[in-house]
Formats: sequence, structure tokens, C-alpha cells
Amino acid sequence: MSDNALIKVTNLKKHYNGGKVKALDGVDCEIEKGEVVVVIGPSGSGKSTFLRSLNLLEIPTDGQIVFNGADITAPKTNINKHRQKMGMVFQHFNLFPNMTILGNMTCAPVKILKKSKKEAEEKALELLDRVGLKDRANAYPSQLSGGQKQRVAIVRALCMEPEVMLFDEPTSALDPEMVGEVLEVMKNLASQGMTMVVVTHEMGFAKEVGSRVIFFDEGVIQEEGTPEEIFQNPKSERLKSFLSKVLI
Amino acid sequence: MESFKMLFLELKELFFELKDVFILCFIDDNRWEWLVEGFVNSILITVLAIVIGLFFGIVLAAIRSSYDKNEESLKLRGGAGYILLKILNGVAKVYITVIRGIPVVVQLMIWYFVILVTQDNDIVVAVVAFGFNSAAYVAEIFRGGIMSIDNGQFEAGRSLGFNYVQTMIYIVIPQTIKATLPTLLNEIIALLKETSVAGYVGIMDLTKAGDLIRGRTFEAFMPLIAVAIIYLITVVVLTKVFSIIERRLRKSER
Repeated sequence: MSDNALIKVTNLKKHYNGGKVKALDGVDCEIEKGEVVVVIGPSGSGKSTFLRSLNLLEIPTDGQIVFNGADITAPKTNINKHRQKMGMVFQHFNLFPNMTILGNMTCAPVKILKKSKKEAEEKALELLDRVGLKDRANAYPSQLSGGQKQRVAIVRALCMEPEVMLFDEPTSALDPEMVGEVLEVMKNLASQGMTMVVVTHEMGFAKEVGSRVIFFDEGVIQEEGTPEEIFQNPKSERLKSFLSKVLI
Repeated sequence: MESFKMLFLELKELFFELKDVFILCFIDDNRWEWLVEGFVNSILITVLAIVIGLFFGIVLAAIRSSYDKNEESLKLRGGAGYILLKILNGVAKVYITVIRGIPVVVQLMIWYFVILVTQDNDIVVAVVAFGFNSAAYVAEIFRGGIMSIDNGQFEAGRSLGFNYVQTMIYIVIPQTIKATLPTLLNEIIALLKETSVAGYVGIMDLTKAGDLIRGRTFEAFMPLIAVAIIYLITVVVLTKVFSIIERRLRKSER
């Protein structure tokens, strides 16, 4: 194990119905600082469950997750502290509809990090400016397009200054013409050295931005490697058949 | 011409008759004061019962929805927390079942003649009876509201680092209140009208006041219509106030 590992996953399992359904069946994985890990695989392969397990939105049935040197799967861990350092972006954005964009972005820094409202708002506006939405700061989520909502969701997570960003199919719920603007924000984030774990069907993004690609099937990692290895020289039959079915 | 005059005289007679009945029912012996006292008591019982109902109802809803939402993860993590919550959830369920299964007037009599038989202040007994009755209904309204909020809201809150209680307070509950406001108004209106059975244990509420006037004057129409109109106006005013609040809250989303 290298000393650089930010997240170390050992033998992660998630079973439902007393073991009848095995969403994750023994996953081992290390994620280093600055890596952009792209997780691909057919639906139902466990890739979303894997991502959601990383910040314990899914409680694993078995296995260990070490984040920043701390075993977050241990029963005594204060998971809230660790979640602050793991930003998460959801498929359906999950912005808070009763708050303005600025309210969405400042509530956690103010309430959890005890930042002053002014400080939190300055930071939020700076981030909004970077994604081109500064003029929508006082709008409500319902007034934004899907692409705008997702960009806000990304910067909302960034307001907590996370060490890793988890993306759960961030572009799957978007109209096709809005996918680009969200991927652009993610590319920028990657180029700034943010550690990212991205579950996605955007193979173009995986090729271009990913430093490593993980292929999930039937709850385990079937194959992993650099984008070249995965897309040019797939080894397993499963991956070959998966790639033959998706548009690249 | 002659018939018009007859009609006019008849109307005049009717008017004076009504005036006499009105004076008999409300002015003589200052009987209108009974209605005022009854109205004040009805409102007092309703308001205090709502306070108890809301507070206790939210506690019950918090227990029930926490259990429903976290059953799986708590079971996995195990420990005393899971067992405690399971017991509390069981108690809450039994409470809600019992309260909803018994007519409120029977509950009121049980409180009055059995449990709080030493309590001298009848209003207190009524507040307790109606408050704890209402709590069961409020609990289910809030639980439904909490469960109706998309789980993604909850997950977004948790993923930002809020703990369970903070997520509830800052993110879920504000949205729940907005969603449950119309149903909550329904419960308050129902409660106001339910307090009309307080007369069963001799409490001078609005209904009882009207009934007392009827018994004293042998006039049924005037006092009962007066009582009906007072209830109606109160409910209309309540509805108006709530629709203003609702519109204010909704403005934030448009």
C-alpha cells in the first residue's frame, strides 16, 4: 500500500435480503490523492452502491474503508466529520428547494464549520463566478435549468472544501445539450488537482479526464487500468462485451 | 295597495317579535356574556390543546420516522440505540392506535372522572384530553410529511456533514411544515369543533353556553344559530390566516 492512498477499501460487501442479493461482493480498491477514478459498468453492477458506500450513505455489510488514515467503518467513528471532507454530487442534484442558491451553498459552512455568513457568502460567490452562475445567486433551484442545478450542486459540495469529490452519475438526468457544461466544470476541477471518484456513462469523459478506470460487474471490480488499457486493450470478455454495447 | 300595507305590517310585527326574542336570549340577564365566556373557553382549550398536540405530536413523529428511516442501518450498526428506538417506536405506535381508536368524548370523560378526578380546574382537564388526543393525529400528519420529502434531500444534507438531527432541523422539517400546512389546518379546525363536546363534563364552552340559553329561555333558534355563526366565522378567519401563511411560504419557490 502506498502512503499516498486517500481512501483504502478492503473486501467491501453490501448484501440485501440476508445475503440473497449481493450488490457488492468483496471490493478492494485504493484511491490516491489527485486521482480521477472513473467507475463504469452496466446498471445493477454495484458501481453506485460502491460510491455511496464510500461516505456511508450505504452502510456496508462487511469490509473496511479507511479515509485519511481513519477507519470510517468502525462503529465508534463520527462519520459526520469525515463526510465534511467528502463532497458528493447526485444524479438528481438534490438542491434544497426552499433555499436560494446562496442559501444552499452557505448553510453547511455556516452551521457546521461555524463560518460567518459574510465569509461563507464571499466564498460561495467566488465559486459561483467560476462556474458562470454568479448572477443566479439569489434565484431558487426551481428557476434553474438542469445543467445549472448540477453546477450549483458541485459548487455547494466545494463550499465545504472537501478532499475528495464523489460523483454519482452526475449527467444521467440531464438533457443532452446540458451534459457538456457540467462535464466542463468537472474537467476544470480535475485539472486543479481535486481527487475525484466519478460513476458515469460518459465514456468520453472517462477517456479524456480519467487517470484510472474501474469496470464493475456483478458487485466486484472486473478490471481496472488506465483509460488506454481499458478502452484499447480490454482483457476480460465482460468488459469487451460491455464496451461493444456502449457508444464511445 | 291594501295587500302591500298588510305585508308591511306583518313584516313589522315579525321584526318586533324577533327583537323581543333577541332581547330575551342575549340582553336579559346579560346572557350574551355567557356566549363570550363560552367562546373564550373554547378558544383557550383549542389553543392550549394545539400547543400540547404540536409539541407531543412532533416528538412522536420524530420517533416514528427516525425508526422507519434508519431501521436498516441501525440494525447493521447494532447497539443500544437500535433497541431503545425500537422500544420507543413500539410505545408510540400503541399510543397512536389507542388514541385514534377511542372517541374523544369518551377520552374526555375518562380524564375527567378517572385520571384527573382530583383536578379542580375543568379547563386544564379539557386541555389535557384534547391535547393528547390531537397529538396522535398531528404525529401521523408530520410523519407522513417527513416521509414524503424526497430521500435525496436527506442524503444531500448528510453528505454535506450534517448529523441526523441537524439534517432534520435545517433541511427536512422546514420543507415538511410547508407540505403539511393544509392538513395541519384541517386538524386545527377539527379540534376547535371537537371541543364542543366539553359540555359533557360541565365545561362552559361555546356550545354549552348556547345550550344554557336555550334551556333558560325555551328559545332554540336564536341561541343555536348564534353559536353556529360564531363557529363558522372563527373557522373562516382561521382558514384565511393559514392561506396567507401558505402563500408567504410558497413565494420562496416561485
